[in-house]
Amino acid sequence: MAEKAVGTWAVKVGMAQQLKGGVIMDVTNAEQAKIAEEAGACAVMALERVPADIRREGGVARMADPTKIIEIMDAVTIPVMAKARIGHFVEAQVLEALGVDYIDESEVLTPADEEHHIDKHAFRVPFVCGCRNLGEALRRIGEGAAMIRTKGEAGTGNVVEAVRHARAVLGEIRRIQNMRPDEWMHVAKEMGAPYELVKQTAELGRLPVVNFAAGGIATPADAALMMQLGVDGVFVGSGIFKSSDPMRRAKAIVEATTHYNDPEIIARVSRGLGEAMLGLDVRQIPEKELLAVRGW
Amino acid sequence: MRIGVLALQGDFIEHIQILRALGVEAVEVRLPAQLRDLAGVILPGGESTTFGKLAVEYGLIEPLREFGKTGKPMWGTCAGMIFLAKEVGRAQPVLGLMDVKVKRNAFGRQVESFEVDLDVPVLGAEPFHAIFIRAPLIESVGEGVRVLARLDDGAIVAAQQGNLLATAFHPELTRDTRWHRYFIAQVKPVA
Repeated sequence: MAEKAVGTWAVKVGMAQQLKGGVIMDVTNAEQAKIAEEAGACAVMALERVPADIRREGGVARMADPTKIIEIMDAVTIPVMAKARIGHFVEAQVLEALGVDYIDESEVLTPADEEHHIDKHAFRVPFVCGCRNLGEALRRIGEGAAMIRTKGEAGTGNVVEAVRHARAVLGEIRRIQNMRPDEWMHVAKEMGAPYELVKQTAELGRLPVVNFAAGGIATPADAALMMQLGVDGVFVGSGIFKSSDPMRRAKAIVEATTHYNDPEIIARVSRGLGEAMLGLDVRQIPEKELLAVRGW
Repeated sequence: MRIGVLALQGDFIEHIQILRALGVEAVEVRLPAQLRDLAGVILPGGESTTFGKLAVEYGLIEPLREFGKTGKPMWGTCAGMIFLAKEVGRAQPVLGLMDVKVKRNAFGRQVESFEVDLDVPVLGAEPFHAIFIRAPLIESVGEGVRVLARLDDGAIVAAQQGNLLATAFHPELTRDTRWHRYFIAQVKPVA
């Protein structure tokens, strides 16, 4: 029998395929992680502060304290993801050493490098990265991201940017799908994306890796909206633990993600959830405070 | 012949694509009524705790159990195998149909996930290239359960008990369709 091969592209991408149709929830401690698991989350994202607090408190946002991450890993049986700063490959090495299941190289944290993202092929642990359009998604996949998520605008409770980014990515895929093969090189140049990945995406009619939505999802209907637009699953950050009844809301978002095509179920689970997080009008946020423009 | 794939969460689309490529009608199952007129059911990979909670919430546990007990084929891959098992070593909702004891996350976390060539005599001489992701394994099997594949160290990773089939790995993530064809062959032609 052949040797076992670990850290391969197939097991990295395959891990994300197991998460599809599910909800990945931001948690900052073991207690929240247990609530997320109990509500039916397919994974949790361990971080020090949820994006709404990062936005409010300011300062440099970094990888979470390993103690916190271990506490969360010990509290649940579902996969645990954690965030590293863009370009901070040592934070990523630390997270890999801790044994997290996925690393989010995330614009929600303060970037450590304004030009270079992490060489994700160099790791055994898989990475998810944010994007605003197809070119950005394919650049991250080129660097080794085994899963993509739209950036949205984290910590706003406002789904508008997640919709914008999902429509951009999915619309561009539809556009290149209808191109002649001799047009792919030009579009690769235009988008700044690797030609081979443009070709593969055009042939598949979808990204070659799993594609979730993130950044501003706060209600069951928001989650179902993103699913109907064509993403594979959703991340919910501040939307759950900044609401008045996290358990109920988390459960409702999980159910709406599974039954995203069934308005009667979405209507039922949306009833009496209490206050959603307050939310921000993205147009009122000063340009320099936007998180989605971090990374390129 | 119509086969349902439990579509609460996980890689159900991959199963459906393979079934359709093999010329089988395949449908997504999220509610009990969708089990009607199915010749077989696949429980896909994903998170078994997520499946369990949604299956309880939407009244799927008993109908799925009944379905399995009628003798129609059911196949669980990875999380689906956990969902099918009698014993999983912790309190979580499962169907408890198959007489196997399963250990969740038996190989460790994601960095321990692996690919390996497996000898599977029921599929023929050529090894099956299997993908294990945070995979469970079968610690022990009851009477009447046939072991179909083991790792080098003897760990059981595929088994069958009559109409029930379980694989700890994900045939839906590879291009080799032999497991799907094996499962389809278990489906008795509807008179």
